[in-house]
Amino acid sequence: MGNPSLISIENLRFERDDTTVVSCDQLHVNVGEILQIEGPNGSGKTTLLRLLTTAIQPQEGTILYCGKSIAECRFEYLSDILFIGHQSAVKLTLTAEENLAWMAESELSSAASLRALESLGLAGYSDIPCYKLSAGQQRRVALARLLLSDARLWYLDEPFTAIDRDGVKLLERCMEDHVSSGGAVVVSTHQDLDVQDVRHYSVLGESLLRAYS
Amino acid sequence: MRKYTSDGFYAYLRRDLLQSHRRLGEAASPLIFFVMASTLVPLGITPDPASLAEIASGIIWVFALLATMLSVGGLFAGDYQDGSLEQLLISPQVLVMPVLGKVTAHWLITGLPLTLVSPLLGLMLFLPEAGYLPMTASLALGTACLSLLGAVGAALTVSLQKGGMLLALIVMPLYMPVIIFGAATVQYGIDGLAWTAPLAILGAMLAAAIALCPLAIASVLRLTSIN
Amino acid sequence: MNWVWFYRLGSPLWFYQTTTRWLPWLSLLAFMLLATGLVWGLGFAPQDAKQGNSFRIIYMHVPASFLALVGYFLMAAAGAIGLIWKMKLSYMVMKAAAPIGAALTFLALFTGAVWGKPTWGSYWVWDARITSMLILLFLYFGVLALQYAFHNEEASNKASAVLALVGTVNIPIIYKSVDWWYTLHQPSTIKLTSAPSMHPDMFQPLLVMILGFYCFYVVALCLFTRVEILRRERKTTWVGDLIGSSNNAVEGEK
Repeated sequence: MGNPSLISIENLRFERDDTTVVSCDQLHVNVGEILQIEGPNGSGKTTLLRLLTTAIQPQEGTILYCGKSIAECRFEYLSDILFIGHQSAVKLTLTAEENLAWMAESELSSAASLRALESLGLAGYSDIPCYKLSAGQQRRVALARLLLSDARLWYLDEPFTAIDRDGVKLLERCMEDHVSSGGAVVVSTHQDLDVQDVRHYSVLGESLLRAYS
Repeated sequence: MRKYTSDGFYAYLRRDLLQSHRRLGEAASPLIFFVMASTLVPLGITPDPASLAEIASGIIWVFALLATMLSVGGLFAGDYQDGSLEQLLISPQVLVMPVLGKVTAHWLITGLPLTLVSPLLGLMLFLPEAGYLPMTASLALGTACLSLLGAVGAALTVSLQKGGMLLALIVMPLYMPVIIFGAATVQYGIDGLAWTAPLAILGAMLAAAIALCPLAIASVLRLTSIN
Repeated sequence: MNWVWFYRLGSPLWFYQTTTRWLPWLSLLAFMLLATGLVWGLGFAPQDAKQGNSFRIIYMHVPASFLALVGYFLMAAAGAIGLIWKMKLSYMVMKAAAPIGAALTFLALFTGAVWGKPTWGSYWVWDARITSMLILLFLYFGVLALQYAFHNEEASNKASAVLALVGTVNIPIIYKSVDWWYTLHQPSTIKLTSAPSMHPDMFQPLLVMILGFYCFYVVALCLFTRVEILRRERKTTWVGDLIGSSNNAVEGEK
């Protein structure tokens, strides 16, 4: 492998109530690649992403970030990742701009957030409370974080939910730009991605394996 | 990334205040509950000023407690449902500060208005004049205690769909010392005793709660909100 | 670090096998102590000068109140061990301790009420100790309710462990507050506190009863924990073997 591994997973196992939900012997995420996680519903895609974001702790195994265990360099690691989950974390009472300023967790110039919203097709919606926006637009507000963050690693859980065809294209370009500038993307989706250099990884939870056999 | 540890505190304080500012009706309901419930007592017991004066301090304290308890359940519920709680848990910062910011916002939205309105209720329930100052002072400190303790319960029940009643079960025993010293402060004031003594104990409880509750809340959120 | 023994201690299988060996003896001991204490206390201890025979309920009341409180701390300690060392067994002990503790607290309150009627003419008095006991019962209820609220076993374990710990921090505060509250409102006519010193003839059977209650508590805790172990480990092979062999035994008897 020419590229160095950003993330390497070794023998990761996560159990919930004595059922193995995620079991992943070996998985690498390299700089400059888009990793697509695939699998049927309930196969543990979301759980794997949540393990990667440290929202939940595995029972066994380690996740290494640049060769160091993420438990050791937790702060550094968390500063370098950006996670957008099923729930978009968009506050409905706040405006799109307020939401972005809030989620950026740092000083954010109004111009920058306006530009990000504009490039996601939300020009003119920046000062409207988000409950007035449609589901797809709310999703776009959440995705605008991608343009504002300087995180190296993106974790996207079903990012295309409620997004129209143009939005999907836009997001795909975003991902490509990000990996070409030295980042990496881990994305779980059922859709076929129209991007270069996408690598696939299939998860199949043990509970499902048992159901099939 | 936030520069200072205290940034998380202010950021969450500001956001929660802004959110309740946008939904004033919802934010005001604990206060309205407090006033409405207290007027049930003369209807249910007696309108006689002498009898009301005797129990006024207790009534006001009990309903302040209930109002806080009913409102504290929503402290983390919204954040849990829309995913911002998960974002908070994976953000590179000390969890205690945002938690404290959120609880402070809760107190500013419920405890402080309750404290400010309590003299009005004192008037309606014929609270003796010497009781007003002790009442507002004890409510100010006491409701902050209630917000902090209630937030522990709210964190414990955040991932449960119907956590409201359970929250009450969990939190009420923890509230008992607060109401004992809170109501006693008012009673001491009315009886002409040194009411600053029970008030000081209430202050000590608040100090302990500020030190310990955010730690408990933060660890509970990490342990149980994810399932 | 050699923690192997510690983790072995935390093995449900080890616990199950050890208690299978010890439980009959412990049960016998508990039964004998309780029987001795009851016969001695109810039949042979001298009457109280003021309260007559009705004081004899202390032989139930005092040990029950004692263990109700000890049980709460034990539950919290088990929860803490579970949180710190991620030990499954100690969560099971915690879960088993809650209903037993709640039952003992209820027993203490009930016997207190029965004792109260002939002694001071009322089933219920807002006395400091009784009120504290009632709050303890509420604390138990909170932990019990939280335990059954979660679908996820792990979340349930951790949440109730933290709640038990929060309760432990609060118990001294609650007790002191209630004590203080009682002195504030104490009516001068009713005086609940019994004579500070007990006659040895009365005290010795009480001591036997307390010991008996302790043994009984341990027996009950082990039994509840064993049920919990079987429930949680039902998918493991050793539980399967156990159930298989007991089925065979039943069939053999037929």
